[in-house]
Amino acid sequence: MEFLYSVTADPILQIIEDPVFFIQILLEGLMAGVMYSLVALGFCLIYKASGVFNFAQGVMMVLAVMCMVTVYEAGFGIVLAVLIAMAFMVGLSFAVERVVLRPMVNQEQIIMFMATIGLAFFLEGFGEFIFGGSSQKIVPTEALHIGRDALIFPLLGSEIRLQQLDLTAGVCAALLVATLALFFQKTPVGRALRAVADDHQAALSVGIPLRSMWVIVWSVAGLVALLTGIMWGASSSVDFSLVLIAMKAFPVLILGGFTSVPGVIVGGLIIGVGEKVAELYWGDALGGSIEEWFAYVLALIFLMFRPQGLFGEKIIERV
Amino acid sequence: MIYRETGQYKTTYDSDQQIFPIVQDRYIFFAFMAFLVIYPVFFGSDYLFQVVLYPVMGLGLCALGLNILTGYCGQISLGTGGFMAIGAYSFFKITTIFPELNVLVIFGFAGLITAFFGVLIGLPSLRIKGFYLAVTTLAAQFFVEWGINRIDWLSNYSPSHTIGAPPREMFGFMVMGPAASGPTKYLLMLFIVVVMTVFAKNLVRGRIGRSWMAIRDMDIAAELIGIRPLFTKLSAFAIGSFYIGVGGAMHVMFNLESVDPEAFEIFATSFPILFMIMIGGLGSILGSYMGAAFIVLLPVVLRNVFPFLGIDIASHVIQHLEFMLFGGLIVFFLIVEPAGLARLWQIVKEKLRQWPFPY
Repeated sequence: MEFLYSVTADPILQIIEDPVFFIQILLEGLMAGVMYSLVALGFCLIYKASGVFNFAQGVMMVLAVMCMVTVYEAGFGIVLAVLIAMAFMVGLSFAVERVVLRPMVNQEQIIMFMATIGLAFFLEGFGEFIFGGSSQKIVPTEALHIGRDALIFPLLGSEIRLQQLDLTAGVCAALLVATLALFFQKTPVGRALRAVADDHQAALSVGIPLRSMWVIVWSVAGLVALLTGIMWGASSSVDFSLVLIAMKAFPVLILGGFTSVPGVIVGGLIIGVGEKVAELYWGDALGGSIEEWFAYVLALIFLMFRPQGLFGEKIIERV
Repeated sequence: MIYRETGQYKTTYDSDQQIFPIVQDRYIFFAFMAFLVIYPVFFGSDYLFQVVLYPVMGLGLCALGLNILTGYCGQISLGTGGFMAIGAYSFFKITTIFPELNVLVIFGFAGLITAFFGVLIGLPSLRIKGFYLAVTTLAAQFFVEWGINRIDWLSNYSPSHTIGAPPREMFGFMVMGPAASGPTKYLLMLFIVVVMTVFAKNLVRGRIGRSWMAIRDMDIAAELIGIRPLFTKLSAFAIGSFYIGVGGAMHVMFNLESVDPEAFEIFATSFPILFMIMIGGLGSILGSYMGAAFIVLLPVVLRNVFPFLGIDIASHVIQHLEFMLFGGLIVFFLIVEPAGLARLWQIVKEKLRQWPFPY
């Protein structure tokens, strides 16, 4: 009875008692959701264009930001550091296309997925080898002009605090999505990418070079990874345990639908808010730190009603 | 010249349906089994048992379970570690509640409990397919990890949720715990593994295995010709998880002897076992063990090869190299032979049959 009370009535009462705190939690959840969306965006881009579920995205994120921080710490300017990191990611996507993707064209999706798991292991070892595995690195937030203060807004006699960092991430994500939307809708390359995403063979037959398209989309995903890495790294520190963040992107992806950019954003926000609210109001009743699995269960519940995710294309099955 | 099937006529249905229709294969198999029984018992060292044989058998059985689920029935699962944990913890619970019960029976119950959870987790598979399903099995993985960390009852209120192998005896021999000798444990493991493998082999060539493969190849078409998707998918989940549960329990009780929940986290269990079936061969019983042997032996070889060559490398560098080689080899294998080591073995046999002619 006590348990029932603590999972049903008690959280509602808490919310009514302190609505400002609830709003604060909602906002924090939204901000965390933006971060999840950023990670998931990289997966989504690659899946759209090549049908590969790129497990290595998390490692790519860490590699990108590691590269940037290492170059910066070596005494180069921040602009140069970012540029070198970008070049590094583009070079990486060339290498991945040449070594992994090209020999595996036309393989089943599951095989490609396994290959990216292999790639993830390789890149993690490679990154630790080059950038040093155990050392934690700090993202130079001052040089990047990312504020670290909290902004305080008064509301209903209480106050709401927002981290400047979270706001920056939100603005960056919005800009990024807008740019990507423009890129996909207006530029010839973007149009070609959408064609590739629709149908590899048809795209090839109208003369779209599949290989360079893949390089482009992996590079774009690499740049998204760099931005994501900077944001996540700025909120704590950079080391290879950040790879685990990628695990948080999966429920976001399946909730929003693998192939949809808006889906990823909405999915991220739902997961972010759901997780925070559930942890704070239901966490203690259920035994604490339920955020480890809550996102997955939430996504699973959504999937039961829409097996293709919220914004995914309708799955049409033919024999 | 030796490997010829000339003159081996099949005159009965029974002889046509044998597992090894070619007599040489049978000889090779029995010779290998005899070697597996005799050599380690008389010449096995603790190192051989603990570094090679126990993990290959325990994890190989898990790989076999995952292969039934993923390789034969086509349901991708990333929740292997969770199932292993369920198997190990239920074994521990049952054996501490009923210390007198025969170890084999407890393994059976541990498998059944895992199978029950497997069916539960398999239920969404009717509606959710492919990668979506893979991610939902991740939900199971994290849920189990969380559960064994939270529910003190499961580990008999041990502070770090650690479970260990209690001393147990069977027919007067110590088979578990610190007092058990290496060969006894080894023979018991081998017995379980062989029995379960033969059973699996017969399952996959029978009616149920064929319906699994039909569902894997195209589930809608399979449904149209009258295969029940509900029963078929759930049976794959049940039997696959049964194997993973028993394998996990064996791996923990015989090999690791004492584990905390960390041991079942996804990078320590689910992914390596997935690699085993990828490298060994999807949809192959033999491949499960070949893959297990490969994945278990690779780090051992790597760790020994550099000192052997006289190259002095710091241990953390070796660890990084291990990661790189591991990943690189997986990509390499997938490019060169996506059907895995089992297929290579078949090619070798095919070549041997025709030798000395090229075709």
